[in-house]
Amino acid sequence: MGWLFHFKMISRSAFEGFGNVIYPLFFATVAFFVFQAGNGPRTLLYASLGSAVMGMWSSVSTTAGGAMQRERWWGTLELLVAAPRHFALILLPVTLGMATIGLYSFAATLLWGRFLFGVHLSIVHPVLFGLSIVGTVLSFGGLGFLFAVSFVRFRAAWVLGNLFEYPVWLIGGFLVPLFLLPDWVRPISWALAPTWGMNAIREAALGGSPLPDLLLCLGLGALYVALGLAVLERVLSAARKRGALSLS
Amino acid sequence: MTTSLRIFAIGGLMSYRALFYWLTFWIFVPGLIVAPVFQILLFAYIGRSAELESDEFYVVGNAIQYAAIPALFAMSQLVAGEKFQNTLGAILVSPAPRLPLFFGRAVPVIANSVFVAAFSLTAGTLILGVDIPASSIPALGLVIVVAAVSCTGLGLINAALGLRIRENAVLSNAIFGFLLIFTGANIPLSQLPDWMRTVSEVIPFTHSIQAARELADGATLSSVLDLVGAELLVAGVYLVAGYFLLRFFEAQGRRHATLERS
Repeated sequence: MGWLFHFKMISRSAFEGFGNVIYPLFFATVAFFVFQAGNGPRTLLYASLGSAVMGMWSSVSTTAGGAMQRERWWGTLELLVAAPRHFALILLPVTLGMATIGLYSFAATLLWGRFLFGVHLSIVHPVLFGLSIVGTVLSFGGLGFLFAVSFVRFRAAWVLGNLFEYPVWLIGGFLVPLFLLPDWVRPISWALAPTWGMNAIREAALGGSPLPDLLLCLGLGALYVALGLAVLERVLSAARKRGALSLS
Repeated sequence: MTTSLRIFAIGGLMSYRALFYWLTFWIFVPGLIVAPVFQILLFAYIGRSAELESDEFYVVGNAIQYAAIPALFAMSQLVAGEKFQNTLGAILVSPAPRLPLFFGRAVPVIANSVFVAAFSLTAGTLILGVDIPASSIPALGLVIVVAAVSCTGLGLINAALGLRIRENAVLSNAIFGFLLIFTGANIPLSQLPDWMRTVSEVIPFTHSIQAARELADGATLSSVLDLVGAELLVAGVYLVAGYFLLRFFEAQGRRHATLERS
């Protein structure tokens, strides 16, 4: 229910709902034009899928960092922390709701590519394609959860969330193959669930074996949640001791 | 005259400090120092992936285009910030002449945009190893200033629209995205359809990006004066349009009692 209510709430926000669907379309348009004009071996379908996952990531990165901060602004953070249920059970549905909004962006980008640039989406493994999308959303929600709890002591958490938009677009291999990046960047890419989610979606659509990528994506998503729980315990315990939950 | 100058210079600076009290080092660095560098890297690598254009093309284009973030968002804050602080009515009820009032507030925005673009250009060239002749740097500085003024004109229009619409952040993001596509920052203008190329001729950045690219290739300032002149013309038109739009919406707001609508 927490996920559903937050999903509905975010859907009605102009910035988080409408804005997060429209904004990545501008980047997708640039990508379509660049790949259309370029001489590289990568196709418009490659660009279309990459841009679509870029939109999914935007919907998490720009909002999840400030998820706890927002509750603080609304004056509801203390109430939620004091509630009998573990705070993680309240926060995780919020970031999952943010990640789910990314599905709008994903669909909008594919349709944008189809109708404006004539990119035909032919999916080789439809079931695995669907599972890869769901797995990617779940792992994005997990990463968003980790962001939300990690940035909570930072007053301008929303800026940090925004900051992670471009780097993950770049090193997640959405539009740039990892082999083009410097060697030292690759281990960072491998530690990011978006990299494996993107791989799984691409492999499922273009024909390949998406299962290993999907499992890695889900595994990393679960790891982010576990890390987030550990960080959350520390943050809440420290905030209770110092009476600093409201950070004011 | 003295009053107007005071409103322009001191009023502009004080308003900027008051409206951007939240723009601390910890927001400025991630948002306006690190983010543009990553935008440059993202598009430079997309260019490599698609095998289209050189790193220099993306460094110059994105460094200048990112000046839109401070220009658009800060100008919209002129209205949105006053609304948020419940001071918009007090400002607009004052007899202060509007020209120095609004344009004085634009000067710090221009300075910030120039800094962001110049820093991004420097960082982008150093990271990607782009070679720009030292002799071109003063002319590039001039082009960046003209570009910042031009986009601040568009920002003034954005600020005026803030008197009518609530979701200024969404609009600012949309304009930023629009500039990303239409200015040729990342897509060679020759690759755009005719109607898009026509639009690109009349929006900020297109001419300055073109001029900056030629300067980076070693051209002299005199050879790009036509482009700089065209950008200045665009700047003038947008500043005038922004000013009159602000006056128009101010009058509308008074008439319909909607100035404080938020």
